[in-house]
Amino acid sequence: MTLKAVEINNLSIKYNEQLVLKDINLSIEDKDFMAIIGPNGGGKSTLLKVILGILNPDNGGVKVFGREPKKARDLMGYLPQNLDFDHDFPINVFETVLTGRYHGLFKGYTKEDHNAVWHALKDVEMYDFKDRQISRLSGGQMQRVFIARAIVREPKLLIMDEPMASIDPEMQHSFYELMSRLKNKMTIILVSHDVGAVSTHVDKIACLNQKLFYHGPVEDSANGLEEIYHCPIELISHGIPHRVLREH
Amino acid sequence: MLEFFQYQFMQRAFIAAVLVSIACGVVGSYVVIKRIVSLSGAISHAAFGGVGLGYFLGVNPVLAAIPFSIISAMGIGGIRQITNISEDTGIGILWSVGMAIGVIFINLTPGYAPDLFSYLFGSILTVNNTDLLIMLTLDVIIVAVVYIFRREFLAVSFDEEFSKVVGLPSLLIYMLLLALVALSVVVLIKVVGVILLIALFTIPAAISKQYTYNLRKLMILATIIGIILTSLGLILSYIFNLASGATIVMVLAAAFVISYYLKD
Repeated sequence: MTLKAVEINNLSIKYNEQLVLKDINLSIEDKDFMAIIGPNGGGKSTLLKVILGILNPDNGGVKVFGREPKKARDLMGYLPQNLDFDHDFPINVFETVLTGRYHGLFKGYTKEDHNAVWHALKDVEMYDFKDRQISRLSGGQMQRVFIARAIVREPKLLIMDEPMASIDPEMQHSFYELMSRLKNKMTIILVSHDVGAVSTHVDKIACLNQKLFYHGPVEDSANGLEEIYHCPIELISHGIPHRVLREH
Repeated sequence: MLEFFQYQFMQRAFIAAVLVSIACGVVGSYVVIKRIVSLSGAISHAAFGGVGLGYFLGVNPVLAAIPFSIISAMGIGGIRQITNISEDTGIGILWSVGMAIGVIFINLTPGYAPDLFSYLFGSILTVNNTDLLIMLTLDVIIVAVVYIFRREFLAVSFDEEFSKVVGLPSLLIYMLLLALVALSVVVLIKVVGVILLIALFTIPAAISKQYTYNLRKLMILATIIGIILTSLGLILSYIFNLASGATIVMVLAAAFVISYYLKD
């Protein structure tokens, strides 16, 4: 039996006395490619942060490859949602990706780290921009740099928060192409509110709105879409035209 | 023209200008790119509490400001970790409470506080050898710490959350950065005073970041610009017999405006 990539048991978490996630049970197999969908404020990012060990659950537990999240960080790569940094921030593309190879206090970056950065930048087709200051890129290019930063430590679990948000439509294709290359090497979890675009590419879907409404293969969900869309998502617009959603 | 270099107090003032510019160039660069300017302003005002404590205890006010401003910096950095008070509110409170503590200590101190004004608005011409030694020591500490933790400071300044995920002790590094801000504040107190020093912290780095996208170059450039502008302010204040701290700030502000328009 192989170790599950992520195992979540009876997880609940509060934020400012508000229950954000309630009784979440979710297991993600190694090499799964899963999209977590749901409305804004449904707890998607929160769930990712619990998996990453940035937030601690109030109840229940999370295991990442059998370990506590904080102890499994060397196995995880992370693409945060929109980043807010100073427009003139003195950092270039190469240095940005290099921070993904951080080893610890008093430990410098090695030749191997530099090679890994070159590799990651080539993977996302941003090598030619390696000396560019980070703000001097388009939204889509910047996103690819941050993807490179997430995969540069060759994680076993890649976690992406709204990776499509700032990618222009023509880049979506190359994004999924990259994902299909990566998914043989690692487990991928991405959060999205755009089910239509996502569902044709990922293998599994989890629908989250405070509670977990459905999780499983996309194919099965096709028959029981009703089930998924129990969560009131007006955001599900692209793939499923004219569907009237019930208020939950 | 150069006759004022003959005066010892002038020589000391120029050395002081160099020493403050190093602290400002190095730590000020982080302050500007990490956008903790107002937080640094709060730490600088809070340092006045330490100055008052120094008067009260009869020790060198600059030395007394060191632990005081470090503790305030830790307090403000920690406040968002343990309470749900926003950092912004914390800044506002610390800003005035530090000053108030200073004023009360000075009230409690018998007699008249002679050079109180210089701690508020700076007086680079009265910097003595002890002050220079303190400034030099703190500069050495600041530069050494920044050199040792340069990777961490860069990563945390750019993206604190991601840094945490790659296993970097973000909070610790952030606190260390605030401690450096506190030490730099102490370096600057005698020269521009707690009220004006935030200009010296921000302006050289803000000018420089328009011209380079490399952090090391930014720090060096900000230091050089700091030395030039502070010295210029010092000379002008001498020629026109104006308060040195305020003149330095005005020169910095003018340089910022000019550089902003030159850039376009």
